[in-house]
Formats: sequence, C-alpha cells, structure tokens
Amino acid sequence: MENADENILEVKDLTIDFHTYAGTVKAIRDVSFHLKKGETLAIVGESGSGKTVTTKTVMGLLANNAEVVEGTVKFRGKDILKMSQKELEDIRGKDIAEIFQDPMTSLDPTMRIGKQIAEPLRIHKGYSREKANKQALEMLKLVGITNAEERINDYPHQFSGGMRQRIVIAIALVCYPEILIADEPTTALDVTIQAQILDLMKELQEKISTSIIFITHDLGVVAGMADRVAVMYAGKIVEYGTVDEIFYNPQHPYTWGLLNSMPTLDTAKGKLESIPGTPPDLLDPPAGDPFAARNPYAMKIDEEKEPPFFKVSDTHYAATWLLHPDAPHVEPPVEIKRRQEVYKERLQEGTINQGHIHSTGNTTFGTDDDDAIGE
Amino acid sequence: MDTREKILEVKHLKQYFNVGKKDEVRAVDDVSFDIYKGETFGLVGESGSGKTTTGRAIIRLLDPTDGQVLFNGRDVASLKSKSDMMAFRREMQMIFQDPYASLNPRMKVKDIVAEGIDIHHLAKNDKDRTNQVEDLLETVGLNRDHSSRYPNEFSGGQRQRIGIARALAVQPDFIIADEPISALDVSIQAQVVNLMKELQEQKGLTYLFIAHDLSMVKYISDRIGVMHYGKLLEIGPAEEVYNNPLHLYTESLVSAVPQPDPEFERNRRQVVYDSTPEFDGKKRQMVEITPEHFVRASEDELDTYRKRATDAGLKPLI
Repeated sequence: MENADENILEVKDLTIDFHTYAGTVKAIRDVSFHLKKGETLAIVGESGSGKTVTTKTVMGLLANNAEVVEGTVKFRGKDILKMSQKELEDIRGKDIAEIFQDPMTSLDPTMRIGKQIAEPLRIHKGYSREKANKQALEMLKLVGITNAEERINDYPHQFSGGMRQRIVIAIALVCYPEILIADEPTTALDVTIQAQILDLMKELQEKISTSIIFITHDLGVVAGMADRVAVMYAGKIVEYGTVDEIFYNPQHPYTWGLLNSMPTLDTAKGKLESIPGTPPDLLDPPAGDPFAARNPYAMKIDEEKEPPFFKVSDTHYAATWLLHPDAPHVEPPVEIKRRQEVYKERLQEGTINQGHIHSTGNTTFGTDDDDAIGE
Repeated sequence: MDTREKILEVKHLKQYFNVGKKDEVRAVDDVSFDIYKGETFGLVGESGSGKTTTGRAIIRLLDPTDGQVLFNGRDVASLKSKSDMMAFRREMQMIFQDPYASLNPRMKVKDIVAEGIDIHHLAKNDKDRTNQVEDLLETVGLNRDHSSRYPNEFSGGQRQRIGIARALAVQPDFIIADEPISALDVSIQAQVVNLMKELQEQKGLTYLFIAHDLSMVKYISDRIGVMHYGKLLEIGPAEEVYNNPLHLYTESLVSAVPQPDPEFERNRRQVVYDSTPEFDGKKRQMVEITPEHFVRASEDELDTYRKRATDAGLKPLI
C-alpha cells in the first residue's frame, strides 16, 4: 500500500521572499515535501519558521508583498503557483480547505451557522438552497453537534469555543476536500476539548479519506495525529520522516532540542533543557546551518556551509553535518538517547513505522577519522 | 509539627458577578487553599473554571463577594487606605499571559520596567533608577542596552522577560503568574520556566502559577489545585495529583494531555468525565484522603476516594 500511494501534493524547491520596509524577508528557503492520499503530514516549528507561509502558498493565499522566487506546488500534477485567480477559487474551499486556528474569528458572526456550512456547496457545487441545507445538516451531525436540527439556525456566538471549531471543521469538510490544511486547529482550545476535536478529525479523515497537512508547535498533538513529520526551522525543512522516526530516532539537533524542552510524564524536577537564544533574523539569514548559533553540537562547517539532506532511511532525512560520515561522534541529550533506545527495541520487535533502512544509511556515526570536519 | 509558613490563606473565597440578577455568575464558589512560603502552587483548570478570577481576587483587582484572602496573616479586603494598598502591591505582583498586550507599545522598556520603581519611589536618583532597571534586565537574561528600546523590537519570549523584570522591580515576595507561557513557543517556554525557577531560588519567591497546560504545571509546581466550574475539586502534591488523581475530573484532564510519544498516543484512552454529580446538591467539602492530598467530596463518596487511593498504592488516612 505504501508505495502504491499517489502523491496528491508535491511541493518542490519552494522559495518565497517577502518585500517589507525593513528589507527582504527570506521566509521560505528551498522547501520540498509531498503529501500522499489519506495521510497526515505534520509540519512542526516555532513561530516564524515558515510553516504557515508554506500552507498559505498551497492555498494560493499569499500576501501581496510575497514573491515566489522559485519552486512549484503541484496539486494533482498541476502547478498551483501558475493558476489564475479563477482556477484557484475553484479549488479553494472545494479541493483544498483550511481550518484556522481561532474559531472565534474564522466564523461570520452575523450569519447563521447553517448558511455558513451550506455556502461552499452553493458556490462550488451549485446546489439548490434546499439541497445544500440538507447536506449542511448532515455535516453538522457528523461533527457531533447535538440537536443539530434546532441549532443549525443559531449564530456563532451561541456556541462554545469547542463547538465553534466543530462548525469550522464542518465548513471545511462539507465539500469533501482532497486536502485539509489544519493550522494550529486546537491551540485555542482546552485540553479536553482538544482531544475531542483531534479524535473527530481522525474519524472524519477515515470517512472521507482526505489528506491532512497539520501545522502545530505542540509535539504531543503531532505524536497523536501525524503519519509523517517535517520539522521546519528558519524557513527550511531540517528533518523529515515517519512519526516514529522523528520521535524515536531524531537526528537533527533542533529536533533534539524541541523534544528535550518538553516535560514528559516522567521528567524529574530540575532544569528543563531549553534551546538557548532565539531564531535567526530572516532579513539576513546566516550562512551555513541556520540553527548553528543555538546548536551546542555545532561544528565549524555549520557556520560556513549549509548541510544537505543526509539519508537515514528511505523515509527519513535530516539536514545536519552530524550525519556526514566524517563527522565526529556526539552524545545526544539523555532524553534523546532514551528515545533512540526505544527505537532500537521496537526495530527489533518489528513494531516501528518506517521505511526500509538502507545499507548505506547514516544511522551510525563514524567514530574514527574525526578530524576531517573537526570542531 | 508543620514548620512551613503560610504566606497566603484563601478561605471560602466567593466571587460572583451580577449578584442577585438573573444572569448571576458564580465564577469562584467557596474556594479554600493555602500557599506556603517559597513554594509554587499550580492552579489548573479549563477556560471558565475560575482560575484567573481567583488570581485576580487574591491580588485585589476584584473585591470578593464573600470569604477571606489572608496575605501574611492580614486580610487583603481590609486594606482601605492608599498607603496600605501601596505596601500590599509591593509585596504581591503579577505576570500576565499575553506579552504583546501587557506591555505599553509606546513606552520604552526602561520606563515599563521602572514604573513600579517610580510609583513606590524606590530610586534615589536618575542614575540609581537606570542602574536598577539595567540590573533587572540582566537578571531576566536581557542586555543592559535593551532598556532604550520599545517592546515591538522584542520577540514573545523576550517580552515575557520584560514583564517578569517589571514584576520584580518592586522586590515582591509573591508573584501571581497567569498563564505566563501559554503564548510562547515550546523552546521559549522552557527558557521562561527555567528563568522563573532560578529567580525563585535566588530571591525566595512564592508563585501562584495559573495555567491549563498540565504537564508544565506539574513540572514547575510543588502542589497543584484543580478547578472546575468555579470550585476547587482537588489539591495535593504535584506528582501525586498528576500520577494518581483522585477526582474523576482531574483524571479526565490528565488523560487528555497529549504526550510527545507516538506509541503512547496510539494507545491513549481518554477518560470521559460526567459532571452531573457536581450538581446533585449534596454538601461537599475538601477532605484529606491521603496526607496533603484533598478532594472535594460528600460524606458518602469518601469510601470511594479512599479505595481509589488504596488501589493506587497510597495510604489513606483513617
């Protein structure tokens, strides 16, 4: 099944600049990824890492001061970046839909929710009011609004935050889109409500077999939702792999830092391992690895030359010089070593979700011949 | 004999809004807890649970409907004169959730941080004021020369550091931190939490840490109180409340926290909580089930809670 899957979306070499008064912000630099049918790809990163800009590009919703310097975004083989406004409008909301972060501001406060859910059907599919309303009601039931028949004529303010997010999801899914972009869909919600919404998304994904791009900075949510994960930093993808590979066998020091800075169930008291410093200024991105300045494992080469992607397995790549065959051996943080132990065990048990490890894969670091790269 | 010194005692605190009207809201309803000197007390709950209102009533931004807040043994509600209020505000300070909304964008960092210093006349002269501000900025991990900049030149994490420096400026003993890290990125959250812990050790601060993020609250707090619908349902040592919650609501809250572990997430079973028993009209009060671990219970529920404690390997009192 894995290999037979078609790529519904292919983003290649995407590079986007924003022209601002302060100068040119290099927001996205050489980003490539693909999305398979029915899968969930999580894009993880800090604010300003470019994850939202990436999805805005997919939606054809870039701001006026954005310039696509390079790259293609192919949806079913056709480049979204070359589409006319008309073509984009046909796709947007129908084939590619988005759930936004804040359910308080993404609904029209003056419009009954039934009408808001029916709107995409009326516009994209030309349904009659009656037919659209009927389907809107079905959708409302599907997302778990009780008393749907009565509530369909209510206004957004008559619903709680969690209920509103269900309505936003109903609007996004009513046309059965092929791609659903969820940009921090549960960040504004309480944990118990978050859990309900995430379960709902998984359930609906199975029912209408949509692919999901899930944007979040919450690694807990990613662990529960994603099939594959792309980690973004300073406008670049620095590591990607299956969810198990990223959480149990992470290779990039930034991924290490992210996983390390979260208290887990068994984090003892003491100091949390934080990532020092702040992300680089994208008006003037540093040469070399953009994470170098915050990276305790940085080598000289990190400041000079940008690392290419090194292959860890068929499905797992990381852009860090530490994976170079000549790189010195480093000890990852304790928490990361614990995770890698879990990975080894699971690998032996055969319960890990990953692609095949290549015989030339760089899962082990060279221990001799260290001086080729040097500290 | 308990040698810990109580810095704050909240006794049957009630904070109602629109009292006597049809839309009366009992935001905080009969909440009691103590906070000991030098500890971090985590107050957890979902939106609308009353945790923020509790914090605001403690620092007298609201006048409680009923009940008492004793700070160092003195009733906060009895502070009438301006000088009493001033003295109180020097001892208790607040850090806010949104580092964007809580800093005046038209004031320089030095004036934001020095506002408390100015109001309380804590600086001998201009030079002393500048010195104090720059020391504070250094204390929170910023540069001395940041003092002449405006808030918009800083990232979220840096702004929160400015907010912390402002709170520290009047040398308080007690700080209420209302969701201080919720608006920050994961890697920055850890920085701010570490900073708060360091400051606590250096200055012997006591924290009331209000948050909805249970994993972070468990990490930073010595003890945790769980609020729901304006009532405190459970209080206990952080680890114990998190690992062996007695109240079913706490259990459902803990079970809903996503963990950065795919295998755990695949097997996670969320406990669904039914809140109807909270409204059955039975008389409930906080009862100590195991040492230091209280749960809001009626007489006939006590055995159930003791059994839950025993099943979890704890030793119930009595």
